[in-house]
Amino acid sequence: MSVNFLIHRAKEIQAVIDANASEIEKLDQEIGDGDHIFNVQRGIKLVIELEAVIKDLPISKALNQIAMKVLSGIGGSSGALFGTLFMTMAKGKDIDNGVDYKKAIEIFADGVEAVKQRGKADVGEKTMMDVLIPVSNCLKKGVEDNKDVKEILNEAIEVAEKGMFSTKDLLATKGRASFLGERAKGHIDPGARSSQLMIKTVCESVLNS
Amino acid sequence: MKKFMNSADDFLKESLQGFGAAHQGIVNCHYDPNFITRATPTKEGKVALISGGGSGHEPMHGGLVGYGMLDAACPGFVFSSPTPDQMLAAAEKVDSGAGVLFIVKNYSGDVMNFQMAAEMMQGPNESVLTNDDVAVEDSSFTTGRRGVAATVVVEKIVGSLAEHGGSLQECKALGDKVNKNSGSMGVAFSSCTVPAAGKPNFDIGDDEMEFGVGIHGEPGRRRDKMKSAQEITNELLEAINEDLKPETNEEILLFVNGMGGTPLTELYLIYDNAKNMLDKKNIKISRSLVGNYCTSLEMQGASITLTKLDEELLKHWDSSVHTAAMRWGV
Repeated sequence: MSVNFLIHRAKEIQAVIDANASEIEKLDQEIGDGDHIFNVQRGIKLVIELEAVIKDLPISKALNQIAMKVLSGIGGSSGALFGTLFMTMAKGKDIDNGVDYKKAIEIFADGVEAVKQRGKADVGEKTMMDVLIPVSNCLKKGVEDNKDVKEILNEAIEVAEKGMFSTKDLLATKGRASFLGERAKGHIDPGARSSQLMIKTVCESVLNS
Repeated sequence: MKKFMNSADDFLKESLQGFGAAHQGIVNCHYDPNFITRATPTKEGKVALISGGGSGHEPMHGGLVGYGMLDAACPGFVFSSPTPDQMLAAAEKVDSGAGVLFIVKNYSGDVMNFQMAAEMMQGPNESVLTNDDVAVEDSSFTTGRRGVAATVVVEKIVGSLAEHGGSLQECKALGDKVNKNSGSMGVAFSSCTVPAAGKPNFDIGDDEMEFGVGIHGEPGRRRDKMKSAQEITNELLEAINEDLKPETNEEILLFVNGMGGTPLTELYLIYDNAKNMLDKKNIKISRSLVGNYCTSLEMQGASITLTKLDEELLKHWDSSVHTAAMRWGV
């Protein structure tokens, strides 16, 4: 994983999110306040716009700049959560000496754990954590079991999709959808959908490279 | 939506510009990132008090910046938490070396963003988390009770201690104490509209009220049919008393807060009705505050806050204050 890798994945994510924007917006209008897709699109745009500034930086510094950008540019809870993810990844030990897939999985998992702490949300609360936590666990387990990287990534894509669909029948206990109580049931969480798309994009991109 | 605005994008900026210009002897507004400081620098050795939150609750918090209260306030977009870069820029401007105390309302976005600012800050800092809303024990929007109008009381009392040389730890302890000694509950008759959204936050019938409403119109305890002012006031006070348990003859501050769309005439009527009930219970109202301090845009509604006062709290409540929204003793 390099700064170049991050920028390219961000551009691919942008294309995928844009292609699915109306679906995500609709999900959010059903159980949220409709602004999730705009926050995500704004965040990705801000990251891509950083290209010139971060392309020659060590990866720790680049990740930190990305963190600060999404933190201040998205704002609210989403900014804090995504900011925490990247800020924690930036703190990964020795990452400026190179990040192989095992290291990438390690810092991503640390990032997800930090997001979980920050938002105090766990699996089963109808949020993006229903995708991120199982994916993080699946990736870590794959490394522990010495699985082939392709196998690990294919599993992660499946786990992400399963996690995303699992939010459909959940009652929301965190985030704005929780106001709706029973009414939120039957709808997929928009944050789970957008993060599933991001995970899928990154994994497929690595698999096809 | 009917609002005084030119464009949703410029709504906050133009409002801040007007606020800064109207109160230029008291505050300075800074932009990109947005924060408000006192017009005069923090005294050396004085703990700096910084608060903030989404805009739309004015005068909280910008109107509470000035002598005897806050050193800085960070306004987020309407009903959206401010971000750590705002807190860090404000802290850099107002920290005189004695440390920074963040005063944060218990809403998840605010908590997360202030927490991150605190982690990123170099110098000594502490945070007071207000959670005076007795309407909900476990609200979804937050982890636990929401921080509402008692935040104003915390800022006044801790502001006085900081002005009189209190240390960072002492200010933090007093802030926690005021919060613990306070309970609030609100009721809304109408919704409110975030400029960028363009439509009301929630729907409510002509004959309905949201009992235990939060300061963004989040649901509270229940949706009720309209009742008389005395009945509503009694129910609000009963809920607060149940939680706060003031003792007979205990001295309290009675704070009747408007949510933006209810006239002072009605707020004073609530005060009268609240006094009737508290007198009957032999609870001694020794200080009062009535007005729009912690608002929710144009929402029609009001909240009541009671704060139990001891000698220390009384002294700091009475001490002089000079802000855009609160001014006495000067």
